[in-house]
Amino acid sequence: MTTTTYREAIRSALREALRVDPRVFLMGEDVGRYGGAYACSRGLIEEFGPERVRDTPLSESTFVGAGIGAALGGLRPIVEIMTVNFSLLALDQIVNNAATLRHMSGGQFSVPLVVRMATGAGRRLAAQHSHSLEVWYAHIPGIKVLAPATVADARGMLLAALREPDPVFIFEHAMLYPLEGALDDAAGPADIVHAAVRRPGRDATLVTYGGSLTKTLAAAEQLATEGIEAEVIDLRTLRPLDMPTVLASVTKTHRAVIVDEGWRTCSLAAEISAQIMERAFYDLDAPVARVCSAEVPMPYAGHLEDAALPQTDKIVRAVREVLESHV
Amino acid sequence: MAPETSTSVSAAPLSLDRGHGLELLRQMLLIRRFEEKSAELYTLGKIQGFLHLYIGEEAVAAGAIQALTSDDAVVSTYREHGHALMRGVPAGAVMAEMYGKANGCSRGRGGSMHLFDASRRFYGGNAIVSGGLPLAVGLALADSLQNRKRVTACLFGDGAVAEGEFHESLNLAALWRLPVLFLCENNRYAMGTAIERHQARTDIQAKAASYGIPAEAVDGMDVLEVERAARRAADAVRSGDGPYFLEARTYRFRAHSMYDAELYRKKAEVEKWKERDPILLFGDRLRELGWLSEDDLRKIEAAVAAIVAEAVAFAEAGAWEPLEDLTKDVYTPVAG
Repeated sequence: MTTTTYREAIRSALREALRVDPRVFLMGEDVGRYGGAYACSRGLIEEFGPERVRDTPLSESTFVGAGIGAALGGLRPIVEIMTVNFSLLALDQIVNNAATLRHMSGGQFSVPLVVRMATGAGRRLAAQHSHSLEVWYAHIPGIKVLAPATVADARGMLLAALREPDPVFIFEHAMLYPLEGALDDAAGPADIVHAAVRRPGRDATLVTYGGSLTKTLAAAEQLATEGIEAEVIDLRTLRPLDMPTVLASVTKTHRAVIVDEGWRTCSLAAEISAQIMERAFYDLDAPVARVCSAEVPMPYAGHLEDAALPQTDKIVRAVREVLESHV
Repeated sequence: MAPETSTSVSAAPLSLDRGHGLELLRQMLLIRRFEEKSAELYTLGKIQGFLHLYIGEEAVAAGAIQALTSDDAVVSTYREHGHALMRGVPAGAVMAEMYGKANGCSRGRGGSMHLFDASRRFYGGNAIVSGGLPLAVGLALADSLQNRKRVTACLFGDGAVAEGEFHESLNLAALWRLPVLFLCENNRYAMGTAIERHQARTDIQAKAASYGIPAEAVDGMDVLEVERAARRAADAVRSGDGPYFLEARTYRFRAHSMYDAELYRKKAEVEKWKERDPILLFGDRLRELGWLSEDDLRKIEAAVAAIVAEAVAFAEAGAWEPLEDLTKDVYTPVAG
């Protein structure tokens, strides 16, 4: 066990993947000589060369599509998109090709492609670099969507994604790259089937993922000082959702708050809330609550950006309200 | 308007003999008769959805796909019945796919626009205009990184030239010197919009040349010229010289799809192009050479009719995919 950062954990997974599997290559904007916009691939071009750590032009649609083609051609591409807002330029390839080829060909082709991208707000980057659009991807049958929230998952989920036969999209919250945590450098692929209970509790279930996990755990600690024990679930995989873990917790606590940095309307929080209603309605003692981002393109000014996002105090308040509410 | 022809036609390594000539004619006729039957079956409701006929453009598929080996890959468009047939996808599997049957080449999940055949490296059947170009670049990248001397032939229409993916893909293929044979089937219309109304500069091959890709335009109504150019292009790509671009200037005789009322072009224009029907032109050439008698033609027509009839029978006899398999093949089954 060593203490390292989320960024270094990703780099260690990339390095290991490039070392052990000659079919793996990394491709994206500035992944090579620059070392990656978030420095996740620093040094890799020196170690593995420009063929396997491949700088691309600013052509998101084509380098994602080329990743799909290379996967069809027998390779294991890892494509980095600088940020989720840029991934919209590649949505055609993702939605119309990556997600459809297997089904549309009657099962003849699989697309073993891994796409990583940064997501989320908090860096004062305004409305074209800060959104949390994971739910758009989680909507699409044919792909898997991962959101590592810890240092261990940053490494383990990437290694796991490389074992999947179908396209996997990994959303790395931009605020997590400097996060420190313990990492077993020899740890293998992570479980990408199950959500994780990050903090056990009996009074309320807090469901979250990615960049909101830290804030949610902080809220739970604060609530504990008031004698409220909240259970915190880290979804980890956003498609397919591990609803049994969520439902087991709700059945125990009878109350749920969902914390999701996406906009509230049509959010992952909305989907989870609907599934709790459908599958655990009679176990609920209060309506499900949601803490999401304000319905605004992300503003630049710090005080406005902070106000637009889920924050620990908002989560604490939402949990108190749910506990005071009865059906 | 007659198509402009290539500026440079070098001596090509193709010696036309009678057997090859009759085979080219047979292949073009197979596409034509298969599609005429498809149109008929569409009006009967046997084929549904969109049906984009290739009639008029047969010389491009018949000429170009000759130049590929079985190791090469083909990435195609939604007007791909002819491409699939020329690639060797059985006519029955194509017809059954259009019926939506489980014995179709995509198990009824794709239809007319999404024909696939892994065994023949036929990668669709892409119905997003220009969406296949990045795939072709990636397939070629995989070959390049694995040191395989294979060609990925990517077919698309003139409409694709207006898309960003066209320019991104040409740039990337040229930048990385990837083995892609870009083949633009310029039928002069992006659905109903004439090329003069969608391109600031209508000389498409010049756009490819501007990326440093060897590019030429050929008469897409002349099957031999297409074949010669495609062999030249495929040889260049296979030798590791990077991508090559061919623009085949052709014309679609039928409507864009079965829904198209053809309000955007004059009948006289269509009739004028029909004077250069690739099948008639090539038939005349074979007759001039003394290689095609009326009896030969009757035999070819009979053989083609038999293939089409068998294809229909195969589709009719096919089973429907069971409803319990509705969500099959969304993800790859994992053992264990």
